[in-house]
Amino acid sequence: MDLVLSNEQKLIRDSATQLFRDRGGVGRLRALRDGKVAPNNDVWNEIAGLGWLAMTTPEALGGLGLGLAELCLVAEAAGRVLAPEPLVSSAVLANDALVMGASDAQKALWLPRLASGEVVGTVAWDERGMRGNIAKTASEGHPEGDHFVLIGAKQDVLAGAEAGLVIVSAKNSATSELELFVVDPKAPGMRVTPQQRIDSLPSARVALDGVVVRAADRLAGGAVGNGAKVLAAALDRATVVLSAELLGTASAAFEMTVAYLREREQFGVAIGTFQALRHRAAKLYIALELARSAVMTAARLLDAQARGEPAGMDPVAVAQTVSLAKARMSDTALLVADEAVQLHGGIGMTDEHDIGLYFKRARVAATTFGDGAYHRDRWASLGGY
Amino acid sequence: MDDRNQAFRGEVRAWLEANAPLSLIGAPAGFLQGTWGGRKPHFESEDHERWLHAMAAKGWTAPMWPTQYGGGGLSRQEDEILKSELRRMRLPPPLIGFGLVMIGPTLLEFGTEAQKAEHLPPIVRGEVRWCQGYSEPGSGSDLASLKTSAVRDPADPTRFIINGQKVWTSYAEKSDWIFCLVRTNTQVQKQAGISFILIDMATPGIETRPIGLISGASPFCEVFFSDVVAHERNVVAGIDHGWTVAKALLGHERTMVGEVFAQSVVGGESELVEAARHYLGVKNTKLADALIRDRVAQVAMDERAFMLTVKRIKDTAKADQRPGPESSILKVYGTELNQRRRALAVTIAGSDGLGWDGPDYPASTLSATREWLRSRGNTIEGGTSEIQLDIIAKHTLGLP
Repeated sequence: MDLVLSNEQKLIRDSATQLFRDRGGVGRLRALRDGKVAPNNDVWNEIAGLGWLAMTTPEALGGLGLGLAELCLVAEAAGRVLAPEPLVSSAVLANDALVMGASDAQKALWLPRLASGEVVGTVAWDERGMRGNIAKTASEGHPEGDHFVLIGAKQDVLAGAEAGLVIVSAKNSATSELELFVVDPKAPGMRVTPQQRIDSLPSARVALDGVVVRAADRLAGGAVGNGAKVLAAALDRATVVLSAELLGTASAAFEMTVAYLREREQFGVAIGTFQALRHRAAKLYIALELARSAVMTAARLLDAQARGEPAGMDPVAVAQTVSLAKARMSDTALLVADEAVQLHGGIGMTDEHDIGLYFKRARVAATTFGDGAYHRDRWASLGGY
Repeated sequence: MDDRNQAFRGEVRAWLEANAPLSLIGAPAGFLQGTWGGRKPHFESEDHERWLHAMAAKGWTAPMWPTQYGGGGLSRQEDEILKSELRRMRLPPPLIGFGLVMIGPTLLEFGTEAQKAEHLPPIVRGEVRWCQGYSEPGSGSDLASLKTSAVRDPADPTRFIINGQKVWTSYAEKSDWIFCLVRTNTQVQKQAGISFILIDMATPGIETRPIGLISGASPFCEVFFSDVVAHERNVVAGIDHGWTVAKALLGHERTMVGEVFAQSVVGGESELVEAARHYLGVKNTKLADALIRDRVAQVAMDERAFMLTVKRIKDTAKADQRPGPESSILKVYGTELNQRRRALAVTIAGSDGLGWDGPDYPASTLSATREWLRSRGNTIEGGTSEIQLDIIAKHTLGLP
């Protein structure tokens, strides 16, 4: 398992980087936020056309059959420009929950529509106070005859208002087992309210006020096991892809900062000549390289696990590496973001400068799927202490 | 190719099984722990001595050096195979020291044929122990300002007369030869007047004095040169061209130090967890002190990320890809991480961690405290972290 990019992977990285840059870069998010352009599906459709929304879906199910190692390169490129496309929620969370947990009929119905971009998918799993621990899920599914009635409240549902497919987690009130249900967001009792978060990227609250779903709409057909296992596995995969996205975000913020240190002059010299600033930049570089090593390894281990290769056979080691990637990346991104604003000086605290957009996005992505403290706790528990 | 490697692995395994002394299996080994060799060698046991001679005869003390200089002549892959078989049998390296990892590779790159023929075979056989004369009292981070002078002997211009002082010379009092940076020209820019010269430590006029550190150990010495004579054939890469050699060697040394820390961090997590269980207790299978638990996990995860980065640097070099992460980050991060780990061990031990010596302190805690004291030097020796950060800022980030 070498930690280098193959030629094929470099091609994916380069074309993704070029695509996101050429479609307006970070200016696209700013224009959307400020209402200068209407939300549109242009880039979404373009990346769907390249097959990237079904990158890790097996070829037999109509995907490209590539790995998270490849999808992470696309996510990193997206993160560099704070792309608003719901890649993590649709192409990883919802897609992989279906691949691992759905019946053949459910897969046939939904996977092609996710792959084509026609439908945006998401998973409504997070709840107030849960802080990443899915065992604390309070939403319930009450079995009644051939259907379930869902009661509860979800939050931070990525692309919740845009999604045409919402997979909802809830405890089966008869068995206390966590179950996943495929829900039509327009079903009676579903109340989807967009959230306004600091990063201006789409997320929503979802109230489940007695939503009726057929028992056949449970995700219970896969080899991975019950809903809790499918959700945990999908979250691990999404955590690594989000870490890659955050790696792109932090790397871009860092590069902007280094460029500023070269250009900005005070006392008649570039401020990058001052050791107090040079050393901080060098430390950020080191932190980013360590985070990159962790993210690359986690993606490769999850790929090995999915393919049944020896490197992915130890579930504890795989799960610890996922936590390593997210903890490292979250803490590094917060550090880089803080320093990036500070090293930009006065212009760094203005809304006019893009560095503030990176600063805000870093905080949201660092918190999503568990922050550094959460994943250190998970690492220690997995390690038996 | 795979067949040939497989056959080589078989040969290595058979030879090791026939020749490795059984008493050495599982013997402690580390960067600074093992057989150093030299004119007055110290062997832990007779088997250590037999092990050195048997391996040296194969050239496997310096597996990748050319056979004409006594080396093993192995390819990189064969060297990996030999190392992995040694690890598999838990055998210590037969020989360690600065001859193998510093001056040897430097002579292979910069030395004349005569220099290689004279100095490399005794290193392979463990007959000569080397030390490095770089820093001086007035020249630490600003190494190129060094003043130890080498002046041509008016009576015999093929010889140099050397006067001055070196400091922080590791194990100088136990070494047979020193590779030294000396000033041969004061009329040019400071880097352009330095020569790299090899000196026999038995030459009259050399005096060494060990320096005691806060940890109680004395790995470093001062070395004084008073009218020491060295022949010009012992200058490497030509008069006044020493700075190029010095820089190449320093870069190599820093990579090595980083890798050494990567090896030494193995097992750090379990040691810390064990100590925390002992000193702070367990509650519901978790360490009872939540703050210490978080810090242990932090150090453990940082170690893992560091080791993965060491691997990534190696993989990048192997695939001949650029750019990859720069090896200069290993020295900065590996040393800082080691300090955090050692300090955490002392914190966990509480008042037991304050013991200097004596039978009333647990031996493992005493050694943890000494390791912590020693670790403070890690971010200073071999180039301070501040100098490393400047190198990264300039060469990797392109800051002015």
